[in-house]
Amino acid sequence: MGDAIVITSGKGGVGKTTTTANLGTALALLEKKVCLIDTDIGLRNLDVVMGLENRIIYDIVDVVQKRCKLKQALIKDKRFDCLYLLPAAQTSDKSEITPEGMIEIIAELKQEYDYILIDCPAGIEQGYKNAVAGADKAIVVVTPEKSSVRDADRIIGLLEKEDVEPPHLIVNRIRNHMVKNGDMLDVDEIIQILSIELLGIVADDDEVIKASNHGEPVAFQPNTRASLAYRNIARRILGESVPLMSLDDDKGMFTKVKKFFGIRS
Amino acid sequence: MITIKGTRDGLTLYIDDTCSFESVIIELEQVLSTKYVDKDEPMITVTIHLGNRYIHKEQEEELREIIRNKKKLVVHSIESNVILKKEALQWKEDSEIKAITRIVRSGQVVEVNGDLLLIGDVNPGGKIVASGNIFVLGSLRGIAHAGVNGNRNAVITASYMKPSQLRIADYISRSPDYESEGVYMECGLIDENKSKIVIDRLQVLSQKRPDLNGFERRILNG
Repeated sequence: MGDAIVITSGKGGVGKTTTTANLGTALALLEKKVCLIDTDIGLRNLDVVMGLENRIIYDIVDVVQKRCKLKQALIKDKRFDCLYLLPAAQTSDKSEITPEGMIEIIAELKQEYDYILIDCPAGIEQGYKNAVAGADKAIVVVTPEKSSVRDADRIIGLLEKEDVEPPHLIVNRIRNHMVKNGDMLDVDEIIQILSIELLGIVADDDEVIKASNHGEPVAFQPNTRASLAYRNIARRILGESVPLMSLDDDKGMFTKVKKFFGIRS
Repeated sequence: MITIKGTRDGLTLYIDDTCSFESVIIELEQVLSTKYVDKDEPMITVTIHLGNRYIHKEQEEELREIIRNKKKLVVHSIESNVILKKEALQWKEDSEIKAITRIVRSGQVVEVNGDLLLIGDVNPGGKIVASGNIFVLGSLRGIAHAGVNGNRNAVITASYMKPSQLRIADYISRSPDYESEGVYMECGLIDENKSKIVIDRLQVLSQKRPDLNGFERRILNG
């Protein structure tokens, strides 16, 4: 039996889809069988980020409305044999599927896959309810902005009412220099307000945008900061204890020497 | 059956609680009509002590009617040693401290009758409401409304106070527009002189709201 994890945030544009794609990739790298589900019907993106857009034949609405079998709608990833995507429909809207339909699909997928990652749409309406319905666990993505923290808080409150384990937190798009100047909320502040367990932090990295435009999640790259962050998060999902990466940029020997002598750069 | 005592504040009627209500009514009529009242005298207030007797609304109205019919008499209050169990439970509920442990998150509202002791935080966008006082063991970052039914003596205390709004009875105060640090171990209460909500150290409560102390407060609230 696999685990169904919903990735949500409340607010739009904080990186739910990117996180889903990258965690899926990172888990696949660790040789787990993973299925990604895009529930943002009408505004699907996950297929684009994964670079699988042109392979879509059937989608989740077809499955719920029994126009095709679940197996027919699943798309195998280009890079991994153990990674699949169940795409959203682009032509219908969120009322086309129901929480019951989602529960059914996820129960079927759980038989075969180790992890089912559900990409939740922004907002707290029908789309959110569909996405959360079949999930066992939840990951809340937040960026270091007040509005994002506020919405995450709201979502955590709503998740408490659902039948899911207490959610875990990913802080996305941290910019270290802004945090240092006090222009951005720091991770401790966010955790103090939300008071849920931290799963990982991902630094703001240009590579993430570049990679997603190429249809290849950044986690596939071996050595960028963001990809390491996502891989660490994947290992934490598997239950390993991995220390948080330091956010400090590596400025070379000189900075290290200065640091050693206690001179502030 | 009826004993009348005159005091400076008017008349006090002690009504025996072992006889039937009908006989009380009859006797009351007699007693009051034999009393001679001088025309020039001012209105006399009457306090009725029922002892351990419980009377319905209609019976109470009947009593008041009889007394009102006598010139120069006005009913001040009717007191009884007994109340309905339902009322007692309500009274208890209104004067109890409700302890709740949770985080009140954005969009959530916690409402209680009586005093609220919240062990946990109120996050921005969250709201707590109580008919009595509010004590937050944690950070208050959202909205707190104490004395919601109009009790202006209600107070709001918090271990860490950085509310977006404090409301007490019909007063509202909000946080300043500039970014400010919160304060630790403080309380909000209505300052009657300035007629607004002020935030002060917890220690001032012992002087400004002495009836917060235990049992006396509960009776007063009831």
